[in-house]
Amino acid sequence: MFETFYPILFLFVFAVFLAVLLTVFSVILGRRTRSGKKGQSYECGVEPVGTNKEPIPVKYFLIGISFILFDIELIFLLPWAVVSRELGMFGFISIAVFIALVIIGYIYELGKGALKWE
Amino acid sequence: MLEVILISSIKVIVVVVVLLTGCAYATYMERKVLAFMQNRIGPNYAGPYGLLQPIADAVKLIFKEDVVPDNVERLTYTLAPMISFVPAMLTFAVVPFSSNFTLFGYEITGVISDLNIGILFVFAITSLGVYGILLGGWSAGSKYSLLGGLRASAQMISYELSYGLSIVGVIIIANTLSMVELVEQQSSIGSWFIWKQPLGFLLYITCAVAETNRSPFDLPEAESELVGGYHTEYSSMRFAQFFIGEYGNMLAVSAVATTLFFGGWQGPLLPPVIWFLIKVFCFMFFYIWLRATLPRFRYDQLMNFGWKVLFPLALFNTLLTGLWVLWLGDVLFGG
Repeated sequence: MFETFYPILFLFVFAVFLAVLLTVFSVILGRRTRSGKKGQSYECGVEPVGTNKEPIPVKYFLIGISFILFDIELIFLLPWAVVSRELGMFGFISIAVFIALVIIGYIYELGKGALKWE
Repeated sequence: MLEVILISSIKVIVVVVVLLTGCAYATYMERKVLAFMQNRIGPNYAGPYGLLQPIADAVKLIFKEDVVPDNVERLTYTLAPMISFVPAMLTFAVVPFSSNFTLFGYEITGVISDLNIGILFVFAITSLGVYGILLGGWSAGSKYSLLGGLRASAQMISYELSYGLSIVGVIIIANTLSMVELVEQQSSIGSWFIWKQPLGFLLYITCAVAETNRSPFDLPEAESELVGGYHTEYSSMRFAQFFIGEYGNMLAVSAVATTLFFGGWQGPLLPPVIWFLIKVFCFMFFYIWLRATLPRFRYDQLMNFGWKVLFPLALFNTLLTGLWVLWLGDVLFGG
């Protein structure tokens, strides 16, 4: 238990330490100058037009929701995959029914045009 | 207890240092290989053959001014580069890079941590990278980076489905989630999983390229229309962290592909670590080759390809493998 998880914890702590160290390094070592328009957003040399606080197209949310649904279904496949040989035909038919249900949902989603991009 | 702590800590530090060097030299390799493919010379001023170029780049980036625009969301703006940097490192916690070996009288395992759900860990960690990109794009307060971040995250979660499904076939054959056991099952070239999962491998490599936002799926960075994508407003070492994250992720998916489909560190004559590195760098070369060859997709093509081609194919591959193993399993795939 300890031998398995300690290295992962240490790697995580070490990576976070490195990330903070790199950021602090550049903040300390880099030059600092402030002048007039320097703090503006990038706009290729002209005055910035618009902000980023505008509504986001709903398509992105649809993609997000579809992803969560299908990803959860995907997670259910993994335990079956690990013991597929032991479960044999019974396991396979069960998972085939499950995947068939997923595919019905997928076809419904396609039909509704949720995955349509133009 | 103390011995375990000491050995694994040293191992972690060595792996991270090698990984960071690998990231730095991956940029050098990319520039050099791209240059030769386009009949140029590439970086050749710093050191012999330009070999010191990555170090020069790192020093330059550290000493650059850290410009923070006025209208950023401070907290997430600071956190985002770190969130994309840390998972890239964490993936290597479960990738076996060598067989067990003895050093100074100590028995050392060739993997940082032999987690029994290794692959699941890899996929969980890889998915975290999307937060760094989304938060970075959103908090920078620029419309270009917001668009880049949105596109990147929509693309990543779309391809993540097929990415996760593409490995189910391998697990059905191997009946294990542990990376170490997967490598042990592929002891000769004939038993590499790529021969048993050709479709799974194609799906994996396609989705891996899309997951790491590389050409021809590099829509988030489409410099011709989005300036620079989600890291437009980042500079200095924060910018570098996004890049280390990207190259670290490339190395990570290459290492996972090596482990899943190409027998990991197994190979004749040369030491296991060398074999592992050779295989990983073949994948890196493949990445760069793709970038030099293929033009960029259009965004609707990209999304349609992910949802309407790769996802059904991945489901089909899973079902086919399950059926195949049950019917012909012991004839073709061994016990």
